[in-house]
Amino acid sequence: MSSDLDVFVGNTTLIDEEVYRLWLDGHSVAEAVARRLRGGVLEREGTSVAVLQSDTRDHYRTFQMLERLLHAPPRLLQQLLFQIPPERQALLVQRYYAFDEALARELLGKKLSKGTKKELDEVSARTGVGIRSCRRQFDNFKRVFKAVEELRGPLAENIQQLFLLPPALARDYAAIVFFANSRFETGKRRLQFLSFGDFAACAQSMMAHWSQGALAPEAAEPDGDLPKSFLQDLKELKVLVSDKDLLDQHKRDTSGMGVPVLGGPGFGGSLGGGVPALSRALVNVGGKLTHARDVRDFFVDLVEKVIEPCRSDKWSPGDLRLFLTHYTAAPRNLPGFRHQALWERYMAAISACLLRMYHD
Amino acid sequence: MPGKLKVKIVAGRHLPVMDRASDLTDAFVEVKFGNTTFKTDVYPKSLNPQWNSEWFKFEVDDEELQDEPLQITVLDHDTYSANDAIGKVYIDIDPLLYSEAATVISGWFPIYDTIHGIRGEINVVVKVDLFNDLNRFRQSSCGVKFFCTTSIPKCYRAVVIHGFVEELVVNEDPEYQWIDRIRTPRASNEARQRLISLMSGELQRKIGLKVLEMRGNAVVGYLQCFDLEGESGLVVRAIGTACTLDKLSNTSAFLPACNSPSKEMKEIPFNEDPNPNTYSSGPSTPLKNQTYSFSPSKSYSRQSSSSDTDLSLTPKTAPSPQGPRIFLFPSSPTLSCDSPHLKKSCLLLSGSSIKPLHSSHVSPVVLRKSVSFTEELLLAASGMGSGSAGKEGGPFKTLLRQQTQSALEQREFPFFTLTTFPPGFLLHVGGVVSARSVKLLDRIHNPDEPETRDAWWAEIRQEIKSHAKALGCHAVVGYSESTSICEEVCILSASGTAAVLNPRFLQDGTMEGCLEQRIEEASPPGCGFCHIPYDELNMPFPAHLTYCYNCRKQKVPDVLFTTIDLPVEAIVVGKGCLIQARLCRLKKKAQAEANATSISNLLPFMEYEVHTQLMNKLKLRGMNALFGLRIQITVGENMLMGLASATGVYLAALPTPGGIQIAGKTPNDGTYEQHISHMQKKINDTIAKNKELYEINPPELPEEIIGSPIPEPRQRSRLLRSQSESSDEVTELDLSHGKKDAFVLEIDDTDAMEDVHSLLTDVPPPSGFYSCNTEIMPGINNWTPEIQMFTAVRVSRLSNINPTNQTLNKNFNDLCENLLKSLYFKLRSMVPCCLCHVNFTVALPEDELVQIAVTAVAITYDKNQALQANKAPTEKSQQRASTDNEEQLQFPLELSSDPLSSQPFSPAKEALEGASSHTGIPAAQRATSVDYSSFADRCNSWIELIKLKAQTIRRGSIKTTTSLEKASPLAEGYLRHRSVPSGTNSTVSVVKMTPLSFLPGAKITKYLGIINMFFIRETTSLREEGGVSGFLHAFIAEVFAMVRAHVAALGGNAVVSYIMKQCVFMENPNKNQAQCLINVSGDAVIFVRESELEVLPAPPPAAAAQPAGSAGDVTT
Repeated sequence: MSSDLDVFVGNTTLIDEEVYRLWLDGHSVAEAVARRLRGGVLEREGTSVAVLQSDTRDHYRTFQMLERLLHAPPRLLQQLLFQIPPERQALLVQRYYAFDEALARELLGKKLSKGTKKELDEVSARTGVGIRSCRRQFDNFKRVFKAVEELRGPLAENIQQLFLLPPALARDYAAIVFFANSRFETGKRRLQFLSFGDFAACAQSMMAHWSQGALAPEAAEPDGDLPKSFLQDLKELKVLVSDKDLLDQHKRDTSGMGVPVLGGPGFGGSLGGGVPALSRALVNVGGKLTHARDVRDFFVDLVEKVIEPCRSDKWSPGDLRLFLTHYTAAPRNLPGFRHQALWERYMAAISACLLRMYHD
Repeated sequence: MPGKLKVKIVAGRHLPVMDRASDLTDAFVEVKFGNTTFKTDVYPKSLNPQWNSEWFKFEVDDEELQDEPLQITVLDHDTYSANDAIGKVYIDIDPLLYSEAATVISGWFPIYDTIHGIRGEINVVVKVDLFNDLNRFRQSSCGVKFFCTTSIPKCYRAVVIHGFVEELVVNEDPEYQWIDRIRTPRASNEARQRLISLMSGELQRKIGLKVLEMRGNAVVGYLQCFDLEGESGLVVRAIGTACTLDKLSNTSAFLPACNSPSKEMKEIPFNEDPNPNTYSSGPSTPLKNQTYSFSPSKSYSRQSSSSDTDLSLTPKTAPSPQGPRIFLFPSSPTLSCDSPHLKKSCLLLSGSSIKPLHSSHVSPVVLRKSVSFTEELLLAASGMGSGSAGKEGGPFKTLLRQQTQSALEQREFPFFTLTTFPPGFLLHVGGVVSARSVKLLDRIHNPDEPETRDAWWAEIRQEIKSHAKALGCHAVVGYSESTSICEEVCILSASGTAAVLNPRFLQDGTMEGCLEQRIEEASPPGCGFCHIPYDELNMPFPAHLTYCYNCRKQKVPDVLFTTIDLPVEAIVVGKGCLIQARLCRLKKKAQAEANATSISNLLPFMEYEVHTQLMNKLKLRGMNALFGLRIQITVGENMLMGLASATGVYLAALPTPGGIQIAGKTPNDGTYEQHISHMQKKINDTIAKNKELYEINPPELPEEIIGSPIPEPRQRSRLLRSQSESSDEVTELDLSHGKKDAFVLEIDDTDAMEDVHSLLTDVPPPSGFYSCNTEIMPGINNWTPEIQMFTAVRVSRLSNINPTNQTLNKNFNDLCENLLKSLYFKLRSMVPCCLCHVNFTVALPEDELVQIAVTAVAITYDKNQALQANKAPTEKSQQRASTDNEEQLQFPLELSSDPLSSQPFSPAKEALEGASSHTGIPAAQRATSVDYSSFADRCNSWIELIKLKAQTIRRGSIKTTTSLEKASPLAEGYLRHRSVPSGTNSTVSVVKMTPLSFLPGAKITKYLGIINMFFIRETTSLREEGGVSGFLHAFIAEVFAMVRAHVAALGGNAVVSYIMKQCVFMENPNKNQAQCLINVSGDAVIFVRESELEVLPAPPPAAAAQPAGSAGDVTT
């Protein structure tokens, strides 16, 4: 005797968190049943495999029907088809949009296009995330990206509003969108030591300090793009390295103020020579940001030109922090330097990024 | 123009994309009522249009208001081609037509399309201005309230319960009209939906008119059903109980407004009393008249053959006043379906026509087909006619009877669809009465003359009435009707519980009068309804009567079956449980009359076996009464299926049920004997286990007190077995009758064994779960507010190539058991909980396909409290019993040392062996055999008693600790609960649904009107929608959503007495098509959480009297 049709519909939609997890992970019904069996439900509840199968199928059907709504979470709140308590709705959305950081790390800065989607097989193999789950997560990234691409205002807040995500998750999505938008290169070997968290933190500081929304909330440009005018202005900072006087003065000021700490043995010498190099690197990174291609190399440049030298000089993170603090503050005393505000805005994000990235 | 309907279309949201090019929609709305249509402007290029229309006003009769649904169609404007329909919303405006219900319908409704399902939502506001119409000859019945609830609705008081109202309307089914060949499936579905909506409106209006004629103002227990008769048409029929209800205001004591109508009511019957005919609603409408006339010239013929009742089951009487025993006489010609059928197109094989037997001493115990064949039900020959007052009833009882009689006799059918009654209403319960008849459907030629169907039902009802009379009852309560249709054969069924009612309610119904009446009547609460209504002296059937174990004044049967809910005052020991009997019978495929004949031949056997199963399962659980019994017989192409569900309980007033004894037929076969004894042991173990599981520890009463006046031995119900699949072979049932030839025995053995096995395969629900099919679970009364209503549907293919009854039975049994198991698993997170109102519906959509639909509600309860609360209700009985127990504890111990001497009927032990081998055993012998085991039983019960004692002691000590522990988590729970609603600012309001008439932990403050909805869903892309399961899953979810949306729009937050009356599913996988029809109904209500009501923290007195732990809970 076989069951052709077997459904269970509750007035309040039943959500089994375990089955939801299995579904999200992209397991087929059969796989899910096998996993649940291994979990020992049978012994706990004293039921049969057939019951478990029927239960799993029911849940899978429910999730498939819900998926359409999960693509636009506010609809999940308004829809009448499934009666789901609010805290359960939140859980559904949160779990649906939660992602594997390893996967996100792989996709950071890549164009969220069909081409990338086709490469997901490899990504799946590398990260150990099931291919179906990879596709779903990729589609989530893409969906969020498309939804907020053109929107004004703070990216994370927009995402939070449109997808009803918890703030932390929304900020992560903002980072993903930000990276996808500017297409930062993250796949280079020398960047491999950086985690998704590192990049997300960098993206957040960059958006926080550089985006137009940060200065004027009613900004004309979306937060995901770096404001053109700002990038243009960054060129002005080149005076700090091109003008010999300013460079020297800056170096002196930085070193002078730093003497108590940075003047230690094995330090001063290299720093004495290092400051101009670092300074040049830091300013040049900013100056190059007007070109899209150079924007992509932003993180490569930071690592190559700042982090690696510092590391080879055995700076501690504290040393770097101290240096950056003083280095940022120093131009305040420079005569004739008119871009103090711009400089500080620029350096705020750069410092935050560097400090975050400065680890093994 | 007595009414003005006003409609405003506010907005739409989440509309589907209708224009692929722009990914947008140019939506507008048509609002149609009757023949008038209004349109909104087109709202271009939006999926969330804001029409914000003017008020569309329809000026209409109230008759039209009642019949017609408001029809709202959302369309996509298309400049060049025809506008595309997006979907529709039907709104029943009936709730706006009576003052106490909703005043406005306003909210988001799902836009429904029969092909695509829900496609977005629309926000609509509907109002009605009703002008008073004083026209006495009006055809409308605005203002009559309808309730699906089968009890007096919570915020009302019954002034008068008038009685039965019924009506049916017929029409051609649009699906079968010629035009269906050329129109789209969508158009056809919509035509059908609209027609049914219209018909149910009309039906409700007509019922309302009848109620007004009876001077009632409401219909309670309103049950409306559709019969899809296919080619022969569409029947919509409804039954209900007319009442005069008074709204209870919070301070109900002084309300002159309420009192005045009731006074009027009081006088009316008085005036009309001398002329009862005018009072009875009988000849009010022409339709009604027709139901009376069984004119022979009608197109049907009826063959109500009382002969056919006796034919198969020729009884044999035990020569001594032995008590209940059912024999199937081996030599009886089985259903030689006798009387020649008339050669008309319609054939009635009345399943039951039983005339009350006349002789005062009917020696042959006639086993009847339709009135369940049980001891407790067998008809009394002399009902009320024969001066039946028992000796203690005295003249008053007679008087009462006459009074009731006169009140009820005026009525055509003294039936009540209620299952729960106001206290004092139900005096005695006789037992279940049921009737079935098999009909051949014929095309309904003239929709305006539905007399054929009317006559069919009238016959059945007459039969029910006569059964009730035979049981000494004037009324039938818990009455319901149903049909099962397959091709052109239709089984009509009706069943109810014969009862004696308190006449006061039926006439002037002032509560004070009732109370007095009850005092005079002096029938003790809690057991009065168990006392037999029939005359014990003239009892023609060997029912086993004892003095009531509660009051010890009046007689009670040993088992009681009813279709009603457990009366609140009933004293129950332990918990109840769901008991199901399941049965399949193969049937040859046949046409028309031959088919009808073979079905009606099978019916009595099925009823008999269903009943035997129920009885055995009841005993297996150590219980003695069934409530909420519902026997459903479904007809298919090649088989019949019977499914009976009921809730078993142990009524303290009824005697302890005996065990089940298996008797073998070949005593000299050693292995066989061994096998038998093995089985016997298994059965005994199961009974013991069940008693523990359901906490059945009845107080043991000394035998002398109860036993003496009726000196029967305690009876075992034997495991009976009929071998009747081949219709010409009937074996004797009582296995202790050993004079059978070996041939029959062999078949019999395997059969019987399988039966025993199937009995034992019923697994009890997992721990933490209870289930019942009544409103509440006896023995649990500390519900927590969490509820989960659900519908589960399964369709299974019986894949046997050569099915036999046995394999089918097993398949069917497994199907039901697995379904239950699956429910328990799904709801495991709610443990401890109880599945209440478990309602199974079986359909046989095609050859080899069985469809089972279950709707029920899971309610959580507090386990800690359960222990205490469980004690509370039994306290009354226990208190008294406990003193008895004290004494008994010593008494039985003495007894056990010398048990035989103290047993009244255990003189001879040696007869034991003889019992099985001899035929026609003398009474004495059998008595001894029976008694021997009863002694063992007693020993068991003493042990249990001691256990019980120990348990109560232990429990007592635990109680204090648990109550301490419990205090804080519970308080937290309440807090949490309270904080949840404040957190729910989601846009969709929560609507609870339940098949029960109440919500645990909540108070219903207002009834907003009846919800009665019919939907069709069809698909031509079945695979794409996830196959049959995906399709039906979505559809059921959609139906729930639409019900919730309508309730929310009425301003309600719950549906009570929700029922899915029909779920017809058809598929054609080859064409990738499927279609499903669902009909649901319920009462929309507003409820308030009791925790929120606790502004004035006055715990009910009962709670205050409870131990500190639980009293604390109430106030938190």
